[in-house]
Amino acid sequence: MLRGFHHQLNISQLSPGELQLKVESVSLHFGGVTALLDVSLEARQSEILAIIGPNGAGKTSLLNCISGLYHPQQGRILFYNDREYDLTRMHPHQSARLGIARSFQNIELFRHMTVLENLLAGCHVHMRVGLIPSMFYWGPAEREQIEFRHFVEDIIDLLEIEAIRKQAVGSLAYGLQKRVELARALAMKPAILLLDEPMAGMNAEEKEDMARFILDVNEEHGVTIVLIEHDMGVVMDISDRVVVLNFGQKIAEGPPDEIRRHPEVIQAYLGES
Amino acid sequence: MESGIFHTTYRADMVLRRTHAQKARIVLLVAFVLAFPFFASRYGLTLANQVGIATIGAIGLNILVGYTGQISLGQGGFMAVGAYTAGILTARLGMPWYASTLVACLVTALVGAIFGIPSLRLKGLYLAIATLAAQEIIIWVVTHWEVVTGGVDALVVPNPMLFGVQMNTDFRFYWVVWGLAGLTALFTVNLFRTRYGRAFIAIRDQDIAAQVMGVDLFRYKLLAFAISSFFVGLAGALIAHYRNIVTWERFTIDVSVLYLAMIIIGGLGSVSGSFFGAAFMTLLPAALTNMSRALKNSIPVIDAVIPFIQQATFGLVIILFLIFEPEGLRKMWQDLKDYFRLWPFSY
Repeated sequence: MLRGFHHQLNISQLSPGELQLKVESVSLHFGGVTALLDVSLEARQSEILAIIGPNGAGKTSLLNCISGLYHPQQGRILFYNDREYDLTRMHPHQSARLGIARSFQNIELFRHMTVLENLLAGCHVHMRVGLIPSMFYWGPAEREQIEFRHFVEDIIDLLEIEAIRKQAVGSLAYGLQKRVELARALAMKPAILLLDEPMAGMNAEEKEDMARFILDVNEEHGVTIVLIEHDMGVVMDISDRVVVLNFGQKIAEGPPDEIRRHPEVIQAYLGES
Repeated sequence: MESGIFHTTYRADMVLRRTHAQKARIVLLVAFVLAFPFFASRYGLTLANQVGIATIGAIGLNILVGYTGQISLGQGGFMAVGAYTAGILTARLGMPWYASTLVACLVTALVGAIFGIPSLRLKGLYLAIATLAAQEIIIWVVTHWEVVTGGVDALVVPNPMLFGVQMNTDFRFYWVVWGLAGLTALFTVNLFRTRYGRAFIAIRDQDIAAQVMGVDLFRYKLLAFAISSFFVGLAGALIAHYRNIVTWERFTIDVSVLYLAMIIIGGLGSVSGSFFGAAFMTLLPAALTNMSRALKNSIPVIDAVIPFIQQATFGLVIILFLIFEPEGLRKMWQDLKDYFRLWPFSY
C-alpha cells in the first residue's frame, strides 16, 4: 500500500527553471595549491546538474565552498529563494537554514544513532521548541517530536528503509548507509541537494535503486540536485546538464550528449590520443 | 517477552518505556528507592547519599564527555565552584539551601561555559589539557581568594532546612539527594530525545556533518559545557549542604579522574551507566575497607596496607573494564536484559 507523501519536502519558493544557485568565478587556494580557479556555474530550480572530472579536479572542493565548509578567496556564490543570499562567507550551519543540504563522499552519518534518530537530527534547523520545555518533554516538546516523526516516516517510505528504521546506522551495510545519508539530507527539507558521489562503491542494482530515488526526489518534489558522480552511465542517464572540471578549472558545460563528444573532455579522461 | 507489542501511534512508539517489562522495571526501581531508607542502616544511608550525589555529578560529566565527546578534566574544579557558591551564599548571606543550590548550579554553568570556549578549537588530548587548566585555575582561585572563600580553611555551612525540618540526618537528606538525582536523570533522558541532545551526539559522532545539518558548533559545544556544569554544580552544592563543610581538598584533580573512571566503567553516553559507575566507584572502596576491617583480626598487618590495596584494586578494575567490557556496566546490564528479552525461547 502506498501511503503517499504528506509533507512539504522542498522549501524552495522558485518555479522550475528559475536561477537558484550562481557560482561566480570562484577561486580557492590551499597555500600554494590551487583547488579551484575561476570556476563559474549556475543551477536552475528543479534541474539535475552533474559535476564530473578526474580525481583531484576540485569537485568536492566546489561543493564544500557552496555548503560553507570552505571559503573561497575570490569570487562569489549566490543563492536565490525568497531573496538573494550571499553564501560566500556563510558558515555551514547558516547555509543549512537556507535549505542547502548535502551528503558526503565518505559516509558521515552519526554512527551510534539509529536511522530514525539520524533523520530527526537532520530536522534540526526546523525544530523550534526551547531547551527547558525539551527537558520536561511535555506538551509542545512531545508534539514537535511526534510531528517530525510523521515527516521522517514519509522519507523512510520514500526511500524504502522501513525495515531498518530502528537499527544503529554503524551496523548497516554500505549501500544502505548511503541511502540513509540521502534520507538525512532530505530531512533538512532541502531547497537544493548537493550529493557527493552518492553511488560510489555500489553494485549495479544498488546504483539503479539510488538513481531511482534521486529521480523521485527531483521529479516528485522538484528538488534541485547537484551531483558529483564518476559512473558516466548514470551521469548521462539522469542529469539535465553536465559541468566538467579538470585541475580546478571548468573545461566544459552542456547537456550530456554534447559533453560525451566534447574533445577536451575526452582528452581529460583519456589523455592525449 | 517483547513480542506481541504493536504500537498504532508514533506517540506510543516514542515513549521511554515501551514494553511491559520496561514499565515493570521502572516501577520496581522507584518502589525500591522509596522503600530503601526505611530498611537501611545509617551506614547504608550514608553510602546511598554518596551514591546519589555521585550519580548527579556523573550524569553531568557524561553529558559532556559521553554524549558530546568533549573530554574534561575539570570536573573537580566545577564541583568546587558549585560547592563554594552554595556554601558561601548560605553561610555568609543566610540564603536558604535550595536558593543557594540553584544559584550555584547557574554560576557553575556559566563558569563551565567560559572554560568550554577552548573546545571550539581544541579536540581530544589538547582539550583535556585545556580543561586541566580550568581545574587548576579554579582550585588556585579557591585557595587564594581568601576574602570570599576563606582560602585553605574549611567553610562551615549550616544544616539545610526544608519545610521547617532540619535536614541533619542521612535519612532526611536521602529524599533531597534522590529526588534531585531522579530529576537529573529524567531531564537528561528527555534532553536526548529532542534536538539539543541529538545535536550533542551529532557533534560527537561527526562534527562536520553536524555543522552541515545546521548545528552551530560554537553554540552547542558551549551549551553542552553549560548543561553539564549545571548538574556538576548541583552535585557540588549538595556536597556542601550534606557535609556541612567545604574544603578545597575535596575537589582536586583526583576527583576529576575518579569521575572519568565512573563514567567509563559505568558506560559513556548513558544515564543508567552514570548511576552504575557512580555506585560502583563509591561502593568499591567502602567494600574494600569493610573487608579489610573484617580481616584485621586474622591478618594483623592489613591495616597498614589497606590504602595500597584500595588503590591497586581501583587501577586493576579500570584496566579490566577497559579490556573486557569497554562499554561498561551499562552494556552488561543490557546484555542481561537482551538475554531475558526472549527468554526462554531465545532463538
